[in-house]
Amino acid sequence: MTKVTLNVNGETRTASVPPEMTLLRLLREEFGLTGAKLGCDVGDCGACTVIVDGKTVNSCLMLAPQADGRDVLTVEGLATMERLHPIQKAFEEKGSLQCGFCGPGVIMSAKALLDENPDPSVLEIRDALAGNLCRCTGYSKMIEAIQDVARGDNRQPVGESA
Amino acid sequence: MGSLDFARGREVGRSLGRLEAAAKVDGTVEYIHNLRLPGMLHGRIHRSSIPHGRIVRIDTSAALAVAGVHAVVTADDVARLVPDPYYGPAFHDQPILATGKVRHVGEPVAVVLADNPHAAEEAADLVAVEYEPLEAVFDEVAAAAPDAPVLHDELRPAGMFTDLKHLAGRRDTNVALDARLRSGDVEQAFAEAEHVFEHTFRTGKVMHAAFEPMVTVAEPHAAGGLTIHTASQSPSFVRSEISRLLGWPENRVRVRTAFLGGGFGAKLYIKLEAMAAVCALLARRPVRIALSMDEQFYTITKHGATVRIKTGVARDGRMTARQVETFWNGGAYADIGPRVTQKSGFSAAGPYDIEHVALDNYAVYTNEPPAGALRGFGISQLVWAYERQADVIARTLGIDPLEFRRRNALRNGRPHATGTVVVGMEVDAVLDRLAEAMAWDKPFDRGTGTIRRGRGIGIGVKACVSPTTSTAAVHIYGDGSCAVHCSTVDMGQGSDTTMAQIAAEVLGIPTTDVRVVHPDTDVTPYDMATLGSRSTFHMGNAVRRAAEDARAQIERMAPGATSFRDAMLARFAMQAGTVVGFGSYAPSYQKPDPETGLSANITPFWMLGGAGAEVEVDTETGRITVTKLVNVADVGRAINPASVERQLTGAAIMQLGFTLFEEMVFSDGQVLNASLADYKIPGFLDVPRELTGTFVEAPHPEGPFGAKGVGETGIFSPSPAIANALYDATGVMLYDMPLTPERVLRAIREAGGRPLEQA
Ligand code: FES
Ligand code: FES
Repeated sequence: MTKVTLNVNGETRTASVPPEMTLLRLLREEFGLTGAKLGCDVGDCGACTVIVDGKTVNSCLMLAPQADGRDVLTVEGLATMERLHPIQKAFEEKGSLQCGFCGPGVIMSAKALLDENPDPSVLEIRDALAGNLCRCTGYSKMIEAIQDVARGDNRQPVGESA
Repeated sequence: MGSLDFARGREVGRSLGRLEAAAKVDGTVEYIHNLRLPGMLHGRIHRSSIPHGRIVRIDTSAALAVAGVHAVVTADDVARLVPDPYYGPAFHDQPILATGKVRHVGEPVAVVLADNPHAAEEAADLVAVEYEPLEAVFDEVAAAAPDAPVLHDELRPAGMFTDLKHLAGRRDTNVALDARLRSGDVEQAFAEAEHVFEHTFRTGKVMHAAFEPMVTVAEPHAAGGLTIHTASQSPSFVRSEISRLLGWPENRVRVRTAFLGGGFGAKLYIKLEAMAAVCALLARRPVRIALSMDEQFYTITKHGATVRIKTGVARDGRMTARQVETFWNGGAYADIGPRVTQKSGFSAAGPYDIEHVALDNYAVYTNEPPAGALRGFGISQLVWAYERQADVIARTLGIDPLEFRRRNALRNGRPHATGTVVVGMEVDAVLDRLAEAMAWDKPFDRGTGTIRRGRGIGIGVKACVSPTTSTAAVHIYGDGSCAVHCSTVDMGQGSDTTMAQIAAEVLGIPTTDVRVVHPDTDVTPYDMATLGSRSTFHMGNAVRRAAEDARAQIERMAPGATSFRDAMLARFAMQAGTVVGFGSYAPSYQKPDPETGLSANITPFWMLGGAGAEVEVDTETGRITVTKLVNVADVGRAINPASVERQLTGAAIMQLGFTLFEEMVFSDGQVLNASLADYKIPGFLDVPRELTGTFVEAPHPEGPFGAKGVGETGIFSPSPAIANALYDATGVMLYDMPLTPERVLRAIREAGGRPLEQA
């Protein structure tokens, strides 16, 4: 067993895990953070995408001990009790998701993209999200939602009124 | 305000967001994927490595020695609990675990149960099975031949479909079902036709790749019952089939689902449920079996098909005769394949008014993984053939493809090839909308040099599967709030919201005030299954009736009340109580004549989908880029227009994958590309610049508020539209899907007299 200590969504978390455990399983099985999904477990689908030290990572490919001492942001770290994150709000309003299984991964990739490039072109959006697959939606409403956020249509905190 | 206000038109027809949208974007939405139970064991399947053979010996000792392993379950253990372990919706042919023999690579032979998934996985590899190989057959046409190696000694139709009964006991054949239709006299009509066109089209095997891989958790109860938590599209069927296998009454089996991470037909009938149930009962502990993405390639696929199609055309361009012979590659177990054969097979004349029709369909067992339902249920394989051929005919006769389709359209009031008089199907409106969306009458730039451009269209029809039943309950609680109980499974299509809109419309309340209770056979009443685009129509009618019943009860018990809350208070003398409205719906139906396949009432509604595509073809690489893709559906009436459009664009991209690159590659029954790395599905970079989903409305007389189903409609026609655009761009004729760059380039080079060497 290996002891790992990492910062998850702003909180320090510790666990003792077998060395072969992936970050994805650590998040889901030990910390109960089931937002990131296990689609393929081998790096092909992006359903498990989280942000580690500012960069997107397929958490099924990263071993938990490799995340020791690092900052991990998952979809659970975006919304507060009061309001969704602007990207989440845009996805909700555009109806970007259908079954939703790919959603947390796509949203984390969109967050990393917008953090780095606040005004991406459609091509840049497609490129940045090329590793996130979705079987349901045909992607176009996701692209529109990300453009909305970039344009600022969803920048302002929403969800307090109504 | 003297009474409850039930004004119409406030909820139905609105583009409301899905009720669970917030939970989906914040990651908290419930999937069975997330479920963990105390004391739960993890099951991992050991699978057959050969396509056909007898099992000589299974050695589990090495697997049992792995730390954390609790048990290894094989067919012998299954037999202790289930003496006749064969299941299936159409035939009882699929064993819970391979019994005596294996029939495809990847068939489950044993299940390892362990404390943790790692131990289970390690041990599953250590199960050693000795086989005596048997000759295998993979091609559907070869497997139908009389001298082919036989997979099943005897056909065993299930009781559910009475029209399969006559097959019982048939021996020494791989043809699980032959279904025919005879209308008019094709031979005579071919003899009299001005032109006769004959082609053979093929589609390979593809798979669903639903993003939540199949998962079932079975939980035994001390009192002798069983709860099955499963990502299933057919909870009612799971309950009855598990009960039948165990010899229990249905009331001892509880089946519940949550939201599904996609389904597309993969999660129907029995997949992991029987195996998990048996393992849990043997271990007396909850057992979770969750497939990996690659295991799904060996679990259920779409039928590959060979379609031989012959069409006679009169001088004026009207089709007078059509003969179609289709071989459906059903794989090793029938699953729902015979229904695909029968219920889709009869639509091979397309949305056309053809007087003389002869159709033969064969569901064929082969030593490949089983094929079942995949969004469209066999329709897209047929549309691929008849709509590709339509363009060949049109071009040969010098008729515009759109005009050719208009000239042959099957219109309301005319008999379909089955003899059923068509109602509520709008071929002209769909073609008009398609023409508009494609700007068909405008000049089109066909490119120059090595980049050629083309455009094409296609239109296909499906008869909604019949007869089936849906039932629903609408509860009004003590405080006046409302819940819909129904067993329709929301797998991403948005059925919860649709059902809530229908109930809200009837009850005169906002959709967001309606709670939709997820399928739980202890609580939600029977539904045949969530499949075949049947839910909006069938369950929609049941929910509407249930809501009307609840409303009528409230009006009776508290005349003059101005809200449900007041009505409950007035009736129960305190803010308490429950009112339950019930509704059921089963359309009328007439069984087809077994000899001719004719029926005066074959389906409750026709689904019609047209598609248009613009492509760029690189003639040096064979690569096709779809620059524009349009799906047009005839939906009766859209309960939720935005949701309908999303079904159409989502389906367009799924079918784009099947058209351009998706194909399971087999070698001796082994899938060579069983992963999303090697079996590519469309990604962000594959989306056409222009992608449109649009619909026409003409309220269907029997649909709830005029609505018809639409989940599959967008799948029917994109493939021929894209291939017809390729044909328009290059003149190259392809008969096989997918249109890989290699196939396209070979065809281009061949047409140019410079064939590529064979690889
Ligand atoms: S689960 Fe990690 S990429 Fe698919
Ligand atoms: S919404 Fe289903 S996989 Fe993306």
